[in-house]
Amino acid sequence: MKSVIKGAGYILVHTPDMVLHNGTTQTTERIVNPDGEYLKELPSHIRTFDQALSYWPNQVYIGNKTPDELAAVPQPWCDKVCDVNDRYGHFGQIMPQEEFLLLMQACDVFGLVKLEKGFVEAHKAALAANPIMDETIMARIPAEQTDAAEIQRLVDEEHSEGLYHNGQLVGCVNRAHDIDVNLSAHVMHENLVSKASSVMALLSAVKNAGIAKEDVEYVVDCAEEACGDMNQRGGGNFAKSAAEIAGLPNATGSDARGFCAAPAHAMIEAAALVASGAYKTVVVTAGGCTAKLGMNGKDHVKKGLPIMEDMVGGFAVVVTQDDGVSPEINLDMLGRHTVGTGSAPQAVISSLVTNPLDKHGLKITDIDKYSPEMQNPDITKPAGAGDVPLANYKMIAALAVKRGELQKADLASFPVKHGLTGWAPTQGHIPSGVPYIGFAREDIMAGKLNRVMIIGKGSLFLGRMTNLFDGVSFVIQANTGAEEAPSGVSEEEVKGMIAKAMRDFAATLMAQAE
Amino acid sequence: MSILAGKKVIIIGDRDGIPGMAIEACAESAGAEVVFSSTECFV
Amino acid sequence: MDLENQKRVKEFAEQYGPENIVVLLGAAEGEASGLAAETVTNGDPTYAGPLTGVSLGLKVYHVCEPEVKAEFDEAVYEEQVSMMEMVLDVDDIISEMTSIREQYCKY
Repeated sequence: MKSVIKGAGYILVHTPDMVLHNGTTQTTERIVNPDGEYLKELPSHIRTFDQALSYWPNQVYIGNKTPDELAAVPQPWCDKVCDVNDRYGHFGQIMPQEEFLLLMQACDVFGLVKLEKGFVEAHKAALAANPIMDETIMARIPAEQTDAAEIQRLVDEEHSEGLYHNGQLVGCVNRAHDIDVNLSAHVMHENLVSKASSVMALLSAVKNAGIAKEDVEYVVDCAEEACGDMNQRGGGNFAKSAAEIAGLPNATGSDARGFCAAPAHAMIEAAALVASGAYKTVVVTAGGCTAKLGMNGKDHVKKGLPIMEDMVGGFAVVVTQDDGVSPEINLDMLGRHTVGTGSAPQAVISSLVTNPLDKHGLKITDIDKYSPEMQNPDITKPAGAGDVPLANYKMIAALAVKRGELQKADLASFPVKHGLTGWAPTQGHIPSGVPYIGFAREDIMAGKLNRVMIIGKGSLFLGRMTNLFDGVSFVIQANTGAEEAPSGVSEEEVKGMIAKAMRDFAATLMAQAE
Repeated sequence: MSILAGKKVIIIGDRDGIPGMAIEACAESAGAEVVFSSTECFV
Repeated sequence: MDLENQKRVKEFAEQYGPENIVVLLGAAEGEASGLAAETVTNGDPTYAGPLTGVSLGLKVYHVCEPEVKAEFDEAVYEEQVSMMEMVLDVDDIISEMTSIREQYCKY
């Protein structure tokens, strides 16, 4: 059985106050350098919602602009205004912070999110008007809200994590346990942001795929947070928690983890679950990450740039049984960085790119587009991390030259022909290969492309459990049409085979008798 | 005089440049003793 | 540079003596190489980590620089690093590293 990409959803949330209060670069700075220049300068570099909407890479992420259109815009992009500034897009939407704080409360099942009465009154109608919201989700927002003074007390005396909007304290997330650090207000805040953004992605993907919510049988969450308590710190499970809020009654699910490689792992798992017949419809989902907000902020501020890491990201992809038209995931062409691969860049790229191609006698140039790590270079270049997608394309091209599949003179044109310009926010797992799946599905179905390789790479060493790197890749290809009927054997053929076996046996006996 | 032979080497690799483990192999081949190796990630 | 890495650099310099330490970097471009090199020579330029205001003056090279490359086993370098020379701006890295060494390296 084949598994196909039925649809995808991509969402962003503009969270300027979370940059200041929850990004680890800022929270660390507040501890080590509270009176430093950076924290003083930072607020004047924060973007407004309108600026975030008219930022080119954001419009590409939600599908209102294409990667090709973005590539034609000269970098840097942070000083350019995109001619489309719609908050709703072809693949999803960009949600403003005020609506998201309400959605976080709707996603909280433990009474931890407290919001100020006036704030809720001012913004509840806006969230209700959001096309992916429904009455069931809105009904989760409690009628009784909290006084500003009580919120201030909770933050001052009860270790609650403040929720801010336009610099004002408008709510808080309480701790879920007095002693257990795994249920601290900080962790609960981080996890509720991940969950709420995953819910948005799930709702967008299900809508875009044109399936019923009841069709979803399994959800795989591939974000980078962990939920659990002190007795099972990463017990899980974000997938089912988000499916519950999104209203997927027939779904269960589980969490797959692997740093930035997790989305690619999860896609392969989803495709295999469907191809095996275990489940008919599986959704891979991930919410975003508050810790990474403003991660490279120091460099951006130092260079007079706006804080571009002010977006929480999310995505979801619906994988279903073959529908005869949607692009397929080729499970026979998987790349794997194994324990024995090592960390040399050429070994890593070989394991992910050429090993699966070699199995089918394909050349590097037989893949129309590669989607490795699609980080937005506007963010990474000023921070000294270079242009990450471009570096990946250069490595793939260098390998192609080594293998004699590309002329050295064509090194420079390879990234243009087989690559993409990065547009995804630096939210770890969010940029990792998957941002292109939505566009790839459409371009393959339009006949523009035949084969696309999605590459996920993960920095496992950051967990200090191994020094190893990780990665997996898979190929999405045009649907090859209706599957052949299972190759059975007809009754006539069976009779013929038996007759032949009898004749052969008789001949053997006669030969022995002679 | 050689730079690396007999020295204690600290390695700060980069996941988008050269990872720590790849540099380790090089440093050891030059007769250095690797006392610490790490790989940074900016994305 | 990551705060934990700065702490380790400081501890090893104290333990073995700064003259016995060489730092090797693998940064993806010139500016990032220069910042890391500055951190282990003149101190953390971002004023965040344990090396803030600590001028260790350590000997520091990027793994692609010719001085150290000449000392590696050629086959090992070929296998582990060489392809990245086609990806990185090695000249820019060399110029940044040289400038930092000239200003701050004590050994």
